[in-house]
Amino acid sequence: MRRYSAFAIVREAARHHLGWERAWASPSPKARYDAVIVGAGGHGLATAYYLGKNHGITNVAVIEKGWLGGGNTGRNTTIIRSNYLQDPSAAIYEKSRSLYETMSQDLNYNVMFSPRGVMMLAQTEHELRGYRRTTHANALQGVATEFIAPERVRELCPIINIDGPRYPVLGALWQPRGGTARHDAVAWGYARACSAMGMDIIQQCEVTGVQSANGKVTGVRTTKGDIATPKLGIVVAGHSGVLAEMAGFRLPVESVALQALVSEPIKPCMDVVVMANTVHGYMSQSDKGEMVIGGGADGYNNYTQRGSFHHIEETVRALIETFPMISRLKMLRQWGGIVDMTGDRSPILSKTPLEGCFINCGWGTGGFKAIPGSGWGFAELMAKGHSPLTAAFGLERFREGRFVDESVAAGVAH
Amino acid sequence: MSTRLATGGRLVDRGAQIEFSFNGKRLQGFLGDTLASALLANGQMLVGRSFKYHRPRGIVASGPEEPNALVNLGEAGRFEPNQRATTTELFAGLSARSQNHWPSLEFDIGALNSYAARVLPAGFYYKTFIHPRPFWKHVFEPIIRHSAGLGAAPKDRDADRYEHFYVHVDVLIVGGGVAGLQAALKAGAEGKRVLLVEQTSAWGGRAPVDGGDIDGTTAKEWINTALQALGNMPNVALRTRCMGAGVYDHGYVLAYEHVADHTPQTDAPRHRLWRIRAGHVVTATGAIERPLSFAGNDVPGVMLAAAMRDYVVNFGVSPGDRTVVVTNNDDAYRTAIILHQAGLSVPCIVDARPQADGELAMQAKALGIRVATGAGIATVRGGKRVTGVALCRQAGEGATTEEIACDAVAMSGGWSPVVHLWSHCGGKLVWDDARACFRPDPDRPPRGADGEAFVSVTGAANGDFALAEILPDARVEEPSEAPLLPVWMMPQGAGVAKRAKMWLDFQNDVKVSDVQLAAREGYESVEHTKRYTTLGMATDQGKLSNINGLAVLSHALNAPIPQVGTTTFRPPYTPISMGAIAGEARGDIFQPIRRTPIHDWHEENGAAFEPVGQWRRPYCFPRGQESHAEAVAREITATRTSLGLLDASTLGKILVRGPDAGRFMDMLYTNMMSSLKPGRCRYGLMCNENGFLMDDGVVARLDEDTFLVHTTTGGADHIHAHMEDWLQCEWWDWQVFTANVTEQWAQVAVVGPNARKVLEKLGGDLDLSAAALPFMGWAEGRIGDFRARVFRISFSGELSFEVAVPASRGRAFWKALHEAGAEFGATAYGTEALHVMRAEKGFIMIGDETDGTVIPQDLGLDWAISGKKEDYLGKRAHARAHMTDPARWKLVGLQTLDGSVLPDGSYALAQGRNANGQRNTQGRVTSTYLSPTLGRGIAMGLVLNGPERMGEVLSFNTVGEATVEARIVSPVFYDPEGEKQNV
Repeated sequence: MRRYSAFAIVREAARHHLGWERAWASPSPKARYDAVIVGAGGHGLATAYYLGKNHGITNVAVIEKGWLGGGNTGRNTTIIRSNYLQDPSAAIYEKSRSLYETMSQDLNYNVMFSPRGVMMLAQTEHELRGYRRTTHANALQGVATEFIAPERVRELCPIINIDGPRYPVLGALWQPRGGTARHDAVAWGYARACSAMGMDIIQQCEVTGVQSANGKVTGVRTTKGDIATPKLGIVVAGHSGVLAEMAGFRLPVESVALQALVSEPIKPCMDVVVMANTVHGYMSQSDKGEMVIGGGADGYNNYTQRGSFHHIEETVRALIETFPMISRLKMLRQWGGIVDMTGDRSPILSKTPLEGCFINCGWGTGGFKAIPGSGWGFAELMAKGHSPLTAAFGLERFREGRFVDESVAAGVAH
Repeated sequence: MSTRLATGGRLVDRGAQIEFSFNGKRLQGFLGDTLASALLANGQMLVGRSFKYHRPRGIVASGPEEPNALVNLGEAGRFEPNQRATTTELFAGLSARSQNHWPSLEFDIGALNSYAARVLPAGFYYKTFIHPRPFWKHVFEPIIRHSAGLGAAPKDRDADRYEHFYVHVDVLIVGGGVAGLQAALKAGAEGKRVLLVEQTSAWGGRAPVDGGDIDGTTAKEWINTALQALGNMPNVALRTRCMGAGVYDHGYVLAYEHVADHTPQTDAPRHRLWRIRAGHVVTATGAIERPLSFAGNDVPGVMLAAAMRDYVVNFGVSPGDRTVVVTNNDDAYRTAIILHQAGLSVPCIVDARPQADGELAMQAKALGIRVATGAGIATVRGGKRVTGVALCRQAGEGATTEEIACDAVAMSGGWSPVVHLWSHCGGKLVWDDARACFRPDPDRPPRGADGEAFVSVTGAANGDFALAEILPDARVEEPSEAPLLPVWMMPQGAGVAKRAKMWLDFQNDVKVSDVQLAAREGYESVEHTKRYTTLGMATDQGKLSNINGLAVLSHALNAPIPQVGTTTFRPPYTPISMGAIAGEARGDIFQPIRRTPIHDWHEENGAAFEPVGQWRRPYCFPRGQESHAEAVAREITATRTSLGLLDASTLGKILVRGPDAGRFMDMLYTNMMSSLKPGRCRYGLMCNENGFLMDDGVVARLDEDTFLVHTTTGGADHIHAHMEDWLQCEWWDWQVFTANVTEQWAQVAVVGPNARKVLEKLGGDLDLSAAALPFMGWAEGRIGDFRARVFRISFSGELSFEVAVPASRGRAFWKALHEAGAEFGATAYGTEALHVMRAEKGFIMIGDETDGTVIPQDLGLDWAISGKKEDYLGKRAHARAHMTDPARWKLVGLQTLDGSVLPDGSYALAQGRNANGQRNTQGRVTSTYLSPTLGRGIAMGLVLNGPERMGEVLSFNTVGEATVEARIVSPVFYDPEGEKQNV
């Protein structure tokens, strides 16, 4: 892998950029790998990367039905934060956030992690108390958060309507080291690094079956032929249930479309990420200048990655109340991504009833921020059979009632 | 130089001159102009700067596809960035400013980027700005953010209003050109309810400009006749300035109407969002002309050929004096002919095809216009304005064969049907080789629930560009056109230096070389290319650039265009205002404010409110200079010592009635409710399927078949929906109905040692003695003149009557209580006093002691879980391993050793750290208050095995370094024997 740098750009500019090599190879699948990951989204690629980097397993294939990073990795609102309430959540999201901090250097690919700060507005007494609780929990979890007063909210984000009248801002949970990153670049950066380690990223290759013998996984059947492997990681948000069915087990997930939109680009006016959970909406401004807006998930299960209007209406209405100036901006584009929702709104990183087959899904509306932490923990789980980061997120928790429920802190928006 | 022609301009009223300003300069236009045509009329071709390189940008189109002519429009509360000059109708006093430059449009420092373009190719930022790490946040990112962004951020609150319309139609037709009009005539004649919307202010689409005769009349006359016929059909509605914005599942369509953008002084709403349920949608959305990719195609003065003739014919404006037309098709010859007829010079038509012998070409030649075939443009000369072009052979590498001086270039690369609305809801496309365009695949339309297509397409949107194709039954006379030659790069063999000057996306500065670089680096999927290069991600969403970019990509990948495919078409078709999306609901009516019948009294008496759901409840009633804490303490003391009054009207009240009501109540609650006797009340708990406590409250049995369920204030709607969910989806054969009667009753908690006295003083026919109406009983009758239900329930630990009267009598009853209670110092109290008193008494609060992870057993409420019942919601969950684990966090009281108030939400520390390095904990504070009654801090919390650890001292964390020590005690701090409430 040739390193990227300003120097490399200048050198290539001299020959009109004709000398750049492929960011990742485009190989045909081999007959056998030590591990196969299904799904070349952020989580799948990160898993492969840490299998190689942390555990020395590099004979790995990442199989992708469409194009890498084309699912939720490329459809989210790019928010990164770790101000979660429950210990297992805070652990994996904080691990993730800390990995984001050095990701550009680790991967030699600028993923534009921008620790601009994330604030969650408290607009009712109940919410205020919930966030005070979160700051106490975070203090013990090693997550740097604080509860800030309305004046500080105004300083950090002058375009917020602090005074209401409907829901005045009473304060906010502030995580200064949260922020955003360039979502596509995360997938591309991992893909390039995996490819450089000799892993095969196989796009346009759909898994059509999971093969097993004596209760152990032996390989997958794909549109590009059979591929043998003793270790299979299923990382296919949105279609986890479909793959699980191929592997012979069922998942406690529902698939729904989560709605998002962007405005036309404008000059910088908002340097932080703001989530307003009482009114249901969140917003940040991308480096391009677009206001990136997210809201709720559709109220019905489906697999179409389409935008619907009703949530957009609610979300925009809520955000005009929160940021009155956006009323005169225009919605440029809206879209939907299919998210796996579990009963407790926490992910599943787990062994499965099929030995050698592991599943990573159920990130719901909050998967992007978890990509490196999820990859780190899931790779450890696949390599060693156990990871402290994933221990609480096993499938058995649904049977035992050992939920990791973030609903109190998360409101609607992850 | 662009200017106003002496004559012509079918859309402008030369008698109505209008003054407007651009960058502070006062200019003149005519009524009927767009801002773009008026700017051109004033010689203003340069209108903005591009996104990345800050290149000079001129007007390139005449419709919503315009990528360049975006302006900051208006002032203060009517300011709007990124407004398209090509779709902005001129009005008197319009004020526009160009965007994305400093210090001025003509001299922009940012244009230095253009000189560095060679080291700023697609995706350069992924490869650099990596070291040193803090530089991204503190240096590089701020620079990038400030140089990006186009228009300015609005500062003020929106001064305009917006509204929504809801309509149902049989047929919605989008696009008021000949095809759309024809579709409306047909559907209208069949008697269907038809809505025809057109995004511009004029009907007819391209036909009035491009000509052609229909059934012996001109296109213009045909359009007028059609409009007249449609006007006479009562079942047909017509709207101009109304754009089809998005097509969603089940025939749901959004249309976006510019009601008052062109008349900002009127009182009308600015925009109207039409929310349409259409039985069928016809898209007659026309087509958009494609640019050609030649070096310097972004220099101001290079314009789409059709746009150029639009400006001449519609507005009487010439974009240039000497225009070179460059094309790969016959259609562009119309521009040459129209320019020539307007007296303007067309030194050459550069046609990439080897021959030009179609009817239009022959007409042009007959006018004496020179046609160079097999030729292309090697490069455009000029910086902020075209000064000339260098010609070359299309087949070669671009060696200059000739220089032609000119001040404008009209380009045409063929037409792309507008397939957006077709595609929004899943309609698929096919590649039409002959016309070199994607068009709707009739075999794969968007389908509704019945499997039938609910969108169809007609006219140019379907790739049928000729009138004869649109009107197969009419007698059409128009010039026949020779086939176009797909030209994706000009010249065909252009070298790398030229390719780096061929713009695909004018706004985002994406060039042919960038797409080729993306392909070279493995960003082969069209989505990868788009995202890596930002092709088609500008405000025009690739309306001009996408097909050209796709073709370059497919060439680079050596794959056919249909295999490369398109990016996804997402709503809206062109950007729509956030204001229109939100509609009327903003400010005071953003959400309904629910008011109790006593709300006005609270306002009059200085209540400090807090939002609880959509209610606003009094938090406390501060008097004079009192702080909130002082007011709360006073209210509690008054209540505990004499008489307090609480407006409890927000409390959820749901009627459950029917022969199966008891059975239903037994499933809904963990306790047995069917055994409750009429006239009695019972406290009950509701769990969800996972066994977690979701609501609590007092149930009163009104009669054999009827229960009145009291829920928490915040829970009423949710619990009612929960009941209906079970009744409608699971127990649909049970004979039960429910009604949310929360707002039908005003409810007042009359609380304190003098509670009975004040009610007895009011008189009436009820015996309120402890013997007649014991604790947890209820009775119906009269209190004074008020018909009332009286519930002997207490959430404060005091003698308490909750009295419900019909909502219309609430305010009067409240007043009567205050008058009768004056002698007892009757004191209104708010939610905070309510909370403190219930905590003093050790009563749990949903949302405080519960958070969706707590089961009744954690709260010592095992007594409220019936062991006798076969089933209730949550029963199976309560049997799960983790739920029956004895080592759970359970409810206790907590008292700090120093009497201080424990921090809210604080955690009890345990030894050591877990495997993830987090500090271990063994409990947490769920409620914490200063108790005025006890004069010290009291708290409730959940602690590991808490009830077995009475007297133990735990350390609780603060957000700082310090810890607070607290002792585990009983959660009932006040009147543990219940002597006060049972009198």
